[in-house]
Amino acid sequence: MIDHAEKAAEFIRDEPRTDWHDESLWFIRHKRDKASQDVPEWEQLRELASGIKDNVLSELDHYLEQFEANALQNGVQVHWATDAAEHNRIVHSILKKHGVSRMVKSKSMLTEECHLNDFLAEQGIEVVDTDLGERIIQLREEPPSHIVLPAIHLKKEEIGALFHEKLQTREGATDPGYLTEAARGHLRQKFVEAQAALTGVNFAIAETGGVVVCTNEGNADMGVHLAPVQIHCMGIEKIIPKAEHLGVFIRLLARSATGQPSTIYTAHHHRPRPGAEMHIVIVDNGRSAQLGRSDFRNSLKCIRCGACMNTCPIYRRSGGHSYGYTIPGPIGSILTPGIDLKAYSDLPFASTLCGSCSDVCPVKINIHEQLFRWRQIIAQEGYLPSGKKRALAWFGKIMARPAWFRFTGKVARLALRILPRPFLYNRFNEWGKARELPEAPRESFQEWYKKNRR
Amino acid sequence: MGKDSILQAIRQNKPAGRPLPEIPIFPGREITPTEQFIKMAETGGSQILRAAHVQEINAMLKNLFPEARNIASPVPEITSTINLEEIQSPLELEQVDVAVIRGHLGVAENGAVWLTESACRHRILPFITQHLMLLIPETSIVPTLHDAYRNIRINDEGFGIFIAGPSKTADIEQALVIGAQGARSLTIILTAF
Repeated sequence: MIDHAEKAAEFIRDEPRTDWHDESLWFIRHKRDKASQDVPEWEQLRELASGIKDNVLSELDHYLEQFEANALQNGVQVHWATDAAEHNRIVHSILKKHGVSRMVKSKSMLTEECHLNDFLAEQGIEVVDTDLGERIIQLREEPPSHIVLPAIHLKKEEIGALFHEKLQTREGATDPGYLTEAARGHLRQKFVEAQAALTGVNFAIAETGGVVVCTNEGNADMGVHLAPVQIHCMGIEKIIPKAEHLGVFIRLLARSATGQPSTIYTAHHHRPRPGAEMHIVIVDNGRSAQLGRSDFRNSLKCIRCGACMNTCPIYRRSGGHSYGYTIPGPIGSILTPGIDLKAYSDLPFASTLCGSCSDVCPVKINIHEQLFRWRQIIAQEGYLPSGKKRALAWFGKIMARPAWFRFTGKVARLALRILPRPFLYNRFNEWGKARELPEAPRESFQEWYKKNRR
Repeated sequence: MGKDSILQAIRQNKPAGRPLPEIPIFPGREITPTEQFIKMAETGGSQILRAAHVQEINAMLKNLFPEARNIASPVPEITSTINLEEIQSPLELEQVDVAVIRGHLGVAENGAVWLTESACRHRILPFITQHLMLLIPETSIVPTLHDAYRNIRINDEGFGIFIAGPSKTADIEQALVIGAQGARSLTIILTAF
């Protein structure tokens, strides 16, 4: 059971660091705004993207079959995995067949979700994450805190110390250019040694049977074009119908993610290179169940840009690790209750319901409405913490009875004025932990209205 | 089995059919595609040059990369030091300093260039090289990505890619660093040939 507030409390203990984290993400949100405003048809693109995904979800079985048939025709080997365990077994069997002991991997949230690295490590296979941010957190043995910016929670001093220990960089060196150069040298060696390369998938095109992989560093391409075996792992929802739809999604993706007009590399893979093998693993792992939840199926439209995280006032001030799941932030908070309602029942409450996530979402997912809907379900299923449950039950009774409501208001206004601080600010007052209670007015609005109406 | 049970679950759970929207033709910008391409490519960290004849490229190479020892290019007019036809394994290209490759078209809105496997000769070439030079005819520049996808067939070849600048990262405190895992610089030559 994740207690977001508790983990967030740890995160915000260091106030200047919390501010720094908040401002870093807000800066990216600003870049996103600027990039989106440079495209006059931005809103039309979001509408189109959402509409295309509506169509995809309504015909997902056909598109997947079409995709598989075309990929097979292209000479690609296609595998299907019902869940994380099957996905991991399939990847392992491919590696085993080729006697692979060293694999490089570019960013894939799906393999994080399936805990592939741990599984392969147990089988004696070394997996090296090659995105710089991912490599940093892999060396630190911690999960990513953001889906696009995995090491956004770390200071360059911490990365410098880590690289000094692991990559023998100069002690105390913190220059990002110097550290990146050191990682480049280290990773080149890993690319050259790798016997297989695995990537995530941004888009899979049903009409052509190919996959598109976007990176800024070029690490996905360095991996797959050097190794004799290339593997692409994708969730079933990555499908788009036709090549022309890439125009819509790629125009939206990088602008929403980092404010760039495009990622540096947008690679289209259709056939293995001569003498090499290409595999695609199609994974369900709970997605088809999410498709059946009418209130929540829109979450499957997500293209993993991270814009909802960058804009979220809670995420910015609590950090990705406080969510306890691979995909944090608003989108993570609507995906996780579908995976395990009880374990993640706290996450839909890690929101102010301000709606900023829905406003920036490039595929127009109604994120904040889904957060609210999950709250209702969590309450109905009895997963609210007991304090909140009792408080809400009382609040409901009071709100339903005007006389009780007037009386409670009177008592509260009086209490706020006359009670000494320790009676008001104690462990029962969650609100007052870091905030002042409002100043109590002399009279209620109703009393004022009775006096003043004409 | 995985496939059948996944497809079965999808059939049971999918919503009622929704139509596939049409993508309209979006109007062009006020500035010309070439002007916008140059602006966007430079913003992305690319250097833009022009050449009237393919022979000029060799002089540019000497000028831009005087230290370069290993030059690889599938373009016959370029003076290469590596014969790409003789390369058996992509690992042999690890020492390439500069690669010169013909791109198929440029995209004005994001400064990206589309190139295909056959133009690279080896898929790894544009990534493993320390510096990359791409040649595109100035007349090939299209306004938007929609236009680009109308002009290419992504599955004509086994591999194709849009490259929109030198390899970069901002994973350490959001500080932009050019030269992550791929090419350290990108020079795009707008050609008149």
